[in-house]
Amino acid sequence: MHFEYQIEGGNFTRAGFASSEIKKMMKQLNVDMGVIKRTVVSTYEAEVNVVAHAFSGTIYVDLDEEKIVIQLQDQGPGIPDIDQAMKEGFSTASSAVREMGFGAGMGLPNIKRNADDFQITSEVNKGTNVKITMFFNK
Amino acid sequence: MTIKQISELLEATIVCGEDRKEHKIEMAFASDLMSDVLTLSDNNVMLITGLSNMQALRTAEMAEIPAIIFARNKKISEEMKELAIENDIIVLECRFSVFKVSGMLFNNGISPVF
Repeated sequence: MHFEYQIEGGNFTRAGFASSEIKKMMKQLNVDMGVIKRTVVSTYEAEVNVVAHAFSGTIYVDLDEEKIVIQLQDQGPGIPDIDQAMKEGFSTASSAVREMGFGAGMGLPNIKRNADDFQITSEVNKGTNVKITMFFNK
Repeated sequence: MTIKQISELLEATIVCGEDRKEHKIEMAFASDLMSDVLTLSDNNVMLITGLSNMQALRTAEMAEIPAIIFARNKKISEEMKELAIENDIIVLECRFSVFKVSGMLFNNGISPVF
């Protein structure tokens, strides 16, 4: 199965919509609740990052009997130093993002902690790609 | 404690989930930082917050949080209410501060997450 969702940069009202849809779909497929929680927490963190930092983005979801692969590709400023961005507490978020309850530099480390596999690549002034893979029977 | 007992203790209004007043809560977590809430691995944790926006509800949805107390007299919007109902999240509004709510719940046997 393949699904795609569009993300609008700066639109915090809609942030989390795609993660919510993914959660509903996984529940319908009777995936283990622990796996669902780790998947949607990771996806939601990544979705909020796109809303907070990028101009726009797309979430590509591929699902089979063994796993779900979620790729978030955004068009935005990119991340100059990924190692630094992965450090807990490091953040370039605006005050508006912090007022929404995010931007404490915990998103990327939390995605890494929850995901079975996590890949991130980025190009400055182009955008960032995040790939989250979760296995159902791990 | 049940939601009914919590609402009586805190003089709080149950805005969503009136039909789930017997739902039992054993643990709570107080935060306005949703990033912190998303790191919790426990389920059935009640969230105490003064951050009244859509992301508080979205965070609850993703983190399997069954109930939220909006403290400091924060009110939720109709849009937030719809999202809470859609996701079966119990919502209480309370005029007390986060500190007071936390202290009262702690004194009545609700455990911290850590």
